[in-house]
Amino acid sequence: MLNSEIKQKISEPAFYNEGGKCKRVLNYDEAIREALQLALKNDNRVFVMGQGVDDPDGMFGATQNLHWEFGQERVFDTPLSESVLMGVSVGAALAGMRPVYFHNRPDFLLLAMDQLINHAAKWSYMFGGAMNVPLVVWACIGRGWGAAAQHSQALQGLFMHIPGLKLVMPATCYDAKGLMLAAIADQNPVLIIDHRFNFVHKGLVPADIYKVPIGKGIIRRKGKDVTIVAVSHLVIDAYNAAQEASADGIDAEVIDPRTLRPLDEDIILNSVAKTGRLIIVDCGWKTGGVTAEIGAMVAEKGFSHLKAPIKRIACPDLPTPAAHNLEEAYYIGKKDIKKAIMEITR
Amino acid sequence: MKLSKKELHQLLFGMMRIRQVQLAIESRYPENEMKTPIHLCIGQEAMAVGVCANLEKDDFINSNHRGHGHYLAKGGDLIALIAELYGRETGCSKGRGGSMHLVDTSVGHYGSSSIVGGGISIGAGMGLAIKMQKKNNVSVIFFGDGAADEGVLYESINFAVLKKLPVIFILENNQYSVCSHISVRQAGNNIFHTMPAKLLLTKIVNGNNVLHVYDSVHKAVARARTGRGPSFIECRTYRIRGHAGCESQDITGYRPLEEIEYWKALCPVAAFQKKLLKNKMLTLNKIKKMEKKIDDQIKDAFAFALQASAPASETLPLYLFRE
Repeated sequence: MLNSEIKQKISEPAFYNEGGKCKRVLNYDEAIREALQLALKNDNRVFVMGQGVDDPDGMFGATQNLHWEFGQERVFDTPLSESVLMGVSVGAALAGMRPVYFHNRPDFLLLAMDQLINHAAKWSYMFGGAMNVPLVVWACIGRGWGAAAQHSQALQGLFMHIPGLKLVMPATCYDAKGLMLAAIADQNPVLIIDHRFNFVHKGLVPADIYKVPIGKGIIRRKGKDVTIVAVSHLVIDAYNAAQEASADGIDAEVIDPRTLRPLDEDIILNSVAKTGRLIIVDCGWKTGGVTAEIGAMVAEKGFSHLKAPIKRIACPDLPTPAAHNLEEAYYIGKKDIKKAIMEITR
Repeated sequence: MKLSKKELHQLLFGMMRIRQVQLAIESRYPENEMKTPIHLCIGQEAMAVGVCANLEKDDFINSNHRGHGHYLAKGGDLIALIAELYGRETGCSKGRGGSMHLVDTSVGHYGSSSIVGGGISIGAGMGLAIKMQKKNNVSVIFFGDGAADEGVLYESINFAVLKKLPVIFILENNQYSVCSHISVRQAGNNIFHTMPAKLLLTKIVNGNNVLHVYDSVHKAVARARTGRGPSFIECRTYRIRGHAGCESQDITGYRPLEEIEYWKALCPVAAFQKKLLKNKMLTLNKIKKMEKKIDDQIKDAFAFALQASAPASETLPLYLFRE
């Protein structure tokens, strides 16, 4: 998607949001940027690095002009060497810094898997807690405009598998800021996987420092007939589908887990205990992914509450195609969720 | 570089200690009580000692799978090392790491990776932190010729040069990666030896000569401490033992026996003893005293490890995250 296409920001739905009491509206990119700005201002251990963080574009706006405010020593561009720069972040974290390492796309994280999985995720456990790695890694899933198979991968299922990594996927402007601040304050490696579609929104964001707890989900819409757990930008699709379904007399509950690891199992199980029906929606692949894990967890721990088979909505197990019509066929959204709601409550 | 008699004795003692500890580990390894893959650095003692003798406690080192020597030379606790090999709660990594994952942050040892080349970029990152914190410490990275096959080495050096980091890359070229000789893995001599010295100090030294190693690293440390950037020192040496395990476990047929014998005759410990004896800086009696002192330490360490407890099973999930 081109930046020019998303200049027109749209308001987040009026669903439940901790930011609800404030009147201050920020764009999604500005919310992340404000979190970084506050962290850089209040903690001289924090630094921001990554390919293009000091571009005029500033990582879709999320890091824009921070290098002018805090200097090139604390906000800097890097060589491409993804694996090495991930290791550099690990080392800097071990030596007392708080790195925030930005990646344009999760696809490029695959080049840094050795440092992320073999090192960052292991360094505390493998040395019996002698050290810890307070590191934030951020990457933004691409979608659309023919981005194709290597600029669009939603790899959260892969990372959710790894013990020792925390995995965060925000969906609102309020959470984008609060989860970033929580991630920077965390003593451990935290991977934030964001989504390009989140950047179309503006929402309520208080000006102060606040943290959204890592590992706590939130109910975006209360309902009694069916539980929908949706990830990242699909929270909004799920909410809109639920609103439409209410016209048909179906009352859906929408849960935004916000963190995939650790996963807030209680919020999901309590909801399923009430509704007896579960739809899981994720922008990653279906096999061995987020929907598989959450589905298995509920089957294991909440089976007795289920009145119908669990429904999973995820991308087909295929690389992303480029042609516009194939993209349309590949991606999932509100329509698929609405259809699932109608089927599961039939 | 003129060293005092006391300093020379410290170098010798450090090397002898690493050697005797390794031999003690090796002799008890067949008992199968140390259930961890050991990678002995017999014949490579001069590098760990020659490098670390230049470092302060709060300078960082990053080590690798063949890391017993680095750990001891940097001042890591011997008792905690042996306990770790026996998988004890009192081990340096609380029995979670084993032989390939040693740590002692109290002396600047920040862990060792068993992914070949895995510690290189981490050491560069520690150098970045030192620079950002405006300290004058150095970050030393130990790695072998196997790691020089990895792209991360070249990328890490690029980053260290780019940012003028206080990082010293120590390549311990022992010629073998498992059973593969360097000649089947590398197209030629390392490219960094042709880099302009103002960007990167590069040197090839005899890795079996502790004074050569000491002198080169001395220059590199001075350079790093005064903000003049990284150095790359290649130490030529040889892996006397097999890749892993004790001598009897080394498979045969991948290298000529004469080659091993040739390098055994170049033993860095014996060579240094001979040199000091010849220069009347050392007596046979002093060597015996050193041997005895080290043996006593080793006996204590094994006795401690053997009676120490294994981690309780219910502690399995601990240490994944820091609260």
